[in-house]
Amino acid sequence: MISRLIDRHQRWIFPLPAVIFIVLMMIFPLGYTLWNSFSGWSLTAGRPNTFIGPVNYIDIMQDGRFWNAVWNTFYFTALAMALELVLGVAIALLLDAKDYRGKRIVTSILLLPMMATPVAVAMVWLLMFEPTAGVINFVLDELSLPEPLWIAGSATVIPSLALVDIWEWTPLITLIVLAGLTGLPSEPFEAARVDGASYWQTLWRVTLPMLLPTISVAGLLRFIDCIKTFDIIYGMTGGGPGFSSETLNIYTYNQAFYYFNFGYASALLVIFFTIVTGVSLLVAYTRRQLEV
Amino acid sequence: MKHPLRMLLLVSVLVALVAGCAAPVAAPAGAPAGGEAAAPAGDMPYAGTTLRLVGANHPWQVAIEPMLADFEAATGIKVNFEAYGEDQLNQKLTTEFTAGGSDIDVFMQRPLQEARVMQMNGWYEDLANCVADPEYDFADFADGAVGTTTVNGVLTGIPIVTEQEVLYYRKDLLEAAGLAVPTTLDELKAAAEALTDKDNEMYGFVARGQRSPLVTQFSSFLYSSGGDWFDADRKASINTPEALAAIDLYGTLLREYGPPGVLNMSWPQAVAIFAQGNAAMYTDASSIYANVLDPTLSEVADKTGVAVFPAGPAGSIMYNVTSWGLAMPSTSKNKEAACEFIKWATSKDVVMKTQGEGAVPGARESVWADPAGAAAFPADWVAAVAASANGRGYDRPLVTAVTQARDIIGGAVVTAIEGGDFEAAANDANAQFQELLDSEQ
Repeated sequence: MISRLIDRHQRWIFPLPAVIFIVLMMIFPLGYTLWNSFSGWSLTAGRPNTFIGPVNYIDIMQDGRFWNAVWNTFYFTALAMALELVLGVAIALLLDAKDYRGKRIVTSILLLPMMATPVAVAMVWLLMFEPTAGVINFVLDELSLPEPLWIAGSATVIPSLALVDIWEWTPLITLIVLAGLTGLPSEPFEAARVDGASYWQTLWRVTLPMLLPTISVAGLLRFIDCIKTFDIIYGMTGGGPGFSSETLNIYTYNQAFYYFNFGYASALLVIFFTIVTGVSLLVAYTRRQLEV
Repeated sequence: MKHPLRMLLLVSVLVALVAGCAAPVAAPAGAPAGGEAAAPAGDMPYAGTTLRLVGANHPWQVAIEPMLADFEAATGIKVNFEAYGEDQLNQKLTTEFTAGGSDIDVFMQRPLQEARVMQMNGWYEDLANCVADPEYDFADFADGAVGTTTVNGVLTGIPIVTEQEVLYYRKDLLEAAGLAVPTTLDELKAAAEALTDKDNEMYGFVARGQRSPLVTQFSSFLYSSGGDWFDADRKASINTPEALAAIDLYGTLLREYGPPGVLNMSWPQAVAIFAQGNAAMYTDASSIYANVLDPTLSEVADKTGVAVFPAGPAGSIMYNVTSWGLAMPSTSKNKEAACEFIKWATSKDVVMKTQGEGAVPGARESVWADPAGAAAFPADWVAAVAASANGRGYDRPLVTAVTQARDIIGGAVVTAIEGGDFEAAANDANAQFQELLDSEQ
């Protein structure tokens, strides 16, 4: 009897595990967060999660810390992403330029930072950035160069954090671009050589345009990762000094798990989700335009 | 219909199974192994119970843990101590209590940090009945300490650790400069200036500079300058002239005479600077004195003195608080046994050991009065703590959303440390804090 039942409803039953998984793990949390974002749920204010309308969203628009967090998030993301893309592509072109002995070893070494746990990376950089006892300022002192405060100064904290992100994630761009380079057809390059194009002309007119789809994918991946960076920032500054490195993610975490304002934090998350989705769609759209 | 019958059968089998399982566990616990005289079962009504105690990595935990075996031998109650870092502990407790169905029986609480929010959410068992036993002598606890753990008339916890803000100073450096130990904040500032020698990495003053952690240690500066967090009408007072003076002083001390990177310092980083000999003076909690005065942890242990917090325009007003209490969740399924444990862990005998030998400052007056109770502490430390007895019973604003309040206030102090427009920051913080106070009316 059961087998007949399965036979008759095959097309419903076989995708069922996947559907259940997606509903439970993705759609339900999203829907629940959306619902909470319209509720006043807060343990510290003693409010249950009952519907209060768009109050949280209105409050967020008037919240100075939110705008500060938005600025910090985009500042960090733009800085880290731009340098990672430039450096990553440059390193990939260098590595790809010529065959030499030990090329694979160099490539593997380059990928090492990516394999480290971000929290451990944060702890090590925390020690290196230490203004008095850290190794970076020690070296700068020996060279009689100015010693910045790094993550202990509000002007230098975001660039310092971006530096850590660049150190860890540039290899990812290199890796993706290297894969892209290997996949390029050789005919356009031969044609360019026949036409007498210089190296730079080939690079600008042939290599990079053909690589653009690859670079945009790498950029999109890094964008999503950068904008939601949590471990490095939380481990190194916790959003400090003051609120100078408090990104949207850190602010949301504080609202949820330190202030216990779950409704407000959910609204922040929905806004954050909208930003990430919006930019991702934009990049995907531009990429399709470029490919045509 | 056979179903009800089958159900009954199933239930009885289950009951038999549970009973069968429970019996062997209860039996050996009721008659303790080892040579000691077995107490009659009547003296051990909770024998066989296992309590889940969730607490912090803290000297109190270190002091009490070896004694848990004695408690088990005397009562037959086994205690499992789970220890977490402070922040993780708070998150662990909140998550378990919010989710419901927690099986925590006893937990360590930070009364000033979390008692209000937990009490409001109904997570505390009122311990008033538990400690009513005259033999336990609850009146022996300092009034201020009990006041801290009492929220809206509910005794949320029994005080286990107390602390005050004190001044740690380098005797040798002050002496070499011909300076007396600062007794006023003006003298503190002058001494900090005189002892700062940045080229040789010597800083006159160090304290916490991290946004949220600094608030508690800033409190004594605020009180001694004549300020407070808010007034009797719940009007925020972070931008009053007194408060601005305190913010300016704290900011100036750390900016001009403090080590670089102070904005990222909570007490572990600040105490490290002092213990390495890079700072001349340091204000922080009395409870962390071992990090400064223990020769295995500090390079300046023999050169460091402890003094009462210096006086400002309003006098020397430091905080004197219960930093940790022992509490019972209202959801505990072993309330009687948990009460037994709490009474034991805070009894005169046990406090005499945790304080007298383990050097964890408690809240029992009789233990402080006994020379053996103060034996583990340095003499100048005991004097400074005794002089702080009348300090304020809070080191942070008494609000439910205390973490948020700390971030708001700390943000303004950070601006002062960085040399920014702290008046504007304080005005801004005051408005935000007022909003928070109003929302809690």
